[in-house]
Amino acid sequence: MAPELGQYALVLAILVATVQAIVPQIGAYRRDAAWMGVAPVAARAQFLLVLFAFGCLMTSFIASDFSVVNVFENSHSLKPLIYKISGVWGNHEGSLLLWILILTLFGAAVAQFGQNLPPTLQARVLSVQAMIGVGFLAFILFTSNPFARLDPAPFEGAGLNPLLQDPALAIHPPFLYLGYVGLSVAFSFAVAALIEGRVDPAWARWVRPWTLAAWCCLTAGIALGSYWAYYELGWGGWWFWDPVENASFMPWLAATALLHSSIVVEKRDALKSWTVLLAILAFSLSLLGTFLVRSGVLNSVHAFASDPARGVFILAFLVFVVGGSLTLYAIRAPSLKGGGLFRPVSREGTLVLNNLLLSTACFTVLLGTLYPLFLDAVAEEKVSVGPPYFNAVFVPLMTPLIAALAIGPMLAWKRGDLAGVMGRLKFVAAIAVLVGLGMAWYAWNVMPLAVLGFALVAWLALGVFREWAERVRLFRWDIVDSWRRATGLPRASYGMSMAHLGVALTVFGITASEAWQEEKQVIMRPGDVQTVSDFELTFVGAEQLPGPNYSALAGTFVVTRDGQPVTILQPEARTFTNPPMETTEAAIRTTLAGDLYTVVGEGDGQGGYAVRLYYKPMVIWIWLGTLAMMIGGMISLSDRRHRIGAPARKPAETADTDRDSGALAAAGAGD
Amino acid sequence: MTDSAEQGGETPARRRSRSGLLLALLPVAAFVVIGVFLFRGLSLDPSEIYSVLINKPAPTFELAPLPGKDNGLATSDLTQPVQLVNVFASWCVACRVEHPLLMELKRNGTVPIYGLNYKDQPQAALNWLRNFGDPYDRIGSDLNGRVGIDFGVYGVPETFIVDGEGVIVRKITGPITPQILQKELLPLIAEMQK
Repeated sequence: MAPELGQYALVLAILVATVQAIVPQIGAYRRDAAWMGVAPVAARAQFLLVLFAFGCLMTSFIASDFSVVNVFENSHSLKPLIYKISGVWGNHEGSLLLWILILTLFGAAVAQFGQNLPPTLQARVLSVQAMIGVGFLAFILFTSNPFARLDPAPFEGAGLNPLLQDPALAIHPPFLYLGYVGLSVAFSFAVAALIEGRVDPAWARWVRPWTLAAWCCLTAGIALGSYWAYYELGWGGWWFWDPVENASFMPWLAATALLHSSIVVEKRDALKSWTVLLAILAFSLSLLGTFLVRSGVLNSVHAFASDPARGVFILAFLVFVVGGSLTLYAIRAPSLKGGGLFRPVSREGTLVLNNLLLSTACFTVLLGTLYPLFLDAVAEEKVSVGPPYFNAVFVPLMTPLIAALAIGPMLAWKRGDLAGVMGRLKFVAAIAVLVGLGMAWYAWNVMPLAVLGFALVAWLALGVFREWAERVRLFRWDIVDSWRRATGLPRASYGMSMAHLGVALTVFGITASEAWQEEKQVIMRPGDVQTVSDFELTFVGAEQLPGPNYSALAGTFVVTRDGQPVTILQPEARTFTNPPMETTEAAIRTTLAGDLYTVVGEGDGQGGYAVRLYYKPMVIWIWLGTLAMMIGGMISLSDRRHRIGAPARKPAETADTDRDSGALAAAGAGD
Repeated sequence: MTDSAEQGGETPARRRSRSGLLLALLPVAAFVVIGVFLFRGLSLDPSEIYSVLINKPAPTFELAPLPGKDNGLATSDLTQPVQLVNVFASWCVACRVEHPLLMELKRNGTVPIYGLNYKDQPQAALNWLRNFGDPYDRIGSDLNGRVGIDFGVYGVPETFIVDGEGVIVRKITGPITPQILQKELLPLIAEMQK
């Protein structure tokens, strides 16, 4: 019963979405309040209908109703409950339904929190949002029905891909989709603004919290995915430049650029057409990612089972959404009047630099991801573009970005005093140079890039601190005054510092773990001892253990350091039967100083086992850094000015904040 | 980023608005190009594993046998109408996955299988073969991976299908699955043996 009800709800949802796409748009054109008023009601109804459908699918999964094809293919009655639930989105149809659920959730949120938007803008935003909804609902109803039945119903399900049976992976798609789909709000705002023909600081202020929220979720989703790859794939790598990873990274880069450029629109009324373009591109890249993952045009370990009909459908939809919005942009953008002027050396100038570098980075990832496809189509040659390409282009792009990151927030708007800022940063620069020299002495023969990496980390981290110190006048030694200023700083400013510090931490983790990683692949017999870093690992042995839906080969290592017991590590190699597959469960001892990472593999039949042992110094800082970025974003989001639904201020007021005390507030929050 | 430009006189303004339009058209033009490729991409199959060596002669090599065995592997051994060159190692988990299928091919005498023991300790390889069975008619021990590099090996296992002229016809990256065996490998072998 539930599946039929769910499908029925989806059919109703597409009808509601169609009405929501058309009626408010006409209403906004005619300034007809009643017609525009349809939008918020429809947006909420659409959300409830899709939520109901999603609930129906989840019920079928929890009840292990194998008469539903999707449940049969992706679930198993012996599976733990959490994976029955995550099985809902661990497949193409279900994840698409989750995508739509989040899309309508954002629509309903705009209806709820956007009540102070100008009515025409809100109506148009919701209308655009509904057009996207119609496209995806049609996609799911016509090509990917999650509720299709199977007759006769099989007795047992085929099981979920064992690689996906993991807590981090169970929760990572919802975060990722919150990020992807959250960008649809920025997109809808951009298209609505193009239709209205008006982009102003108020618009930027309305868009910003949505972009920020989406960005936080996307950051969390990417970080979780990368951490999963780190401990589950068993090779100790955490980023593979796989097309699916790139598909999430490109919108992140574009959204990061958008966050920064919308500050310029908000504060200075400049960069408007560029910001609108970024808002369109960020979501377009999310859609492109969806296409790449689900159409099977690119090879990836993550790709969903693909089907040409789906590929054609998404491509048509992509052409409609991206082509349509970019065409609208081409028509309207030239008429967007530019606002404030600024010198190249100014806060705006560094934000433009930030945008150029981030969008170049985004473009290089796009190029690297699509290049195999281009070459295959043109020359019928197959290549794979791997880490060497991406690493080679990313270092030169990120270096100036990080260098500018410490300077930008200290420059004034309009016209900055670079000499003055450099003067105030001279101690920071001196320390960064010292760190660089120290590293050159210590690590040059290990990895010359580590010298650059650590110097940049010191420069950025201290630069962030220096900028904060300046705002609170810490070095004037008036503690009371500094305290008053520190507590008076807007949260957005702390958010920015936190996020920038997060970048420094991540770069730190990457550099240290790449430079001093140790790796051993050996055959060990019970009693054998191997030394990795300053740990001695004694291999006790391995035994077969039964699991709920797998059998595991579990190895045991006793870890000591200088003869003192440290810990016991028990990596497993699991063999699943439904579907047949092997996974590695690395055992990792994580500390802030470094991870000891062990994997157990094949027995050699004579009591020995192939094991892999790694020591990865500081690797956890990579994810602590992304956590800091995300927390920074959330702190920023909690700033009163960004609170969704905060009353709009007039541009004239913003202009005042450019000066002195206001410069605190004008800090380009949350970037 | 045309907004930051300053307002000017009549003619420069018009010229700027024209260049502004061209600039504004750029994104949609770029998207059209990408869209065409994406459409083309739908009809291509990326999982057809490629190798620059496809339809080229196999690299020239000569490898010693594993200790205690007498059949090494060299280019001059690739003389059957069709043969598989299977890259394997005892440390490779995925090799275990395809191993039963190779044993089955051996039992049925479908096709000669030659092993390229890649970056492995010879003793570990011998143990492995003794434990799980030896499907190989010849095995070359590629201790330092030199020959593997010539073959463009980037993941173990890999399987090369080589014809009677010593030309690589096809390559399978990753373990041979029952599906690949039934749908691709066996038909290809049957056709080549005709």
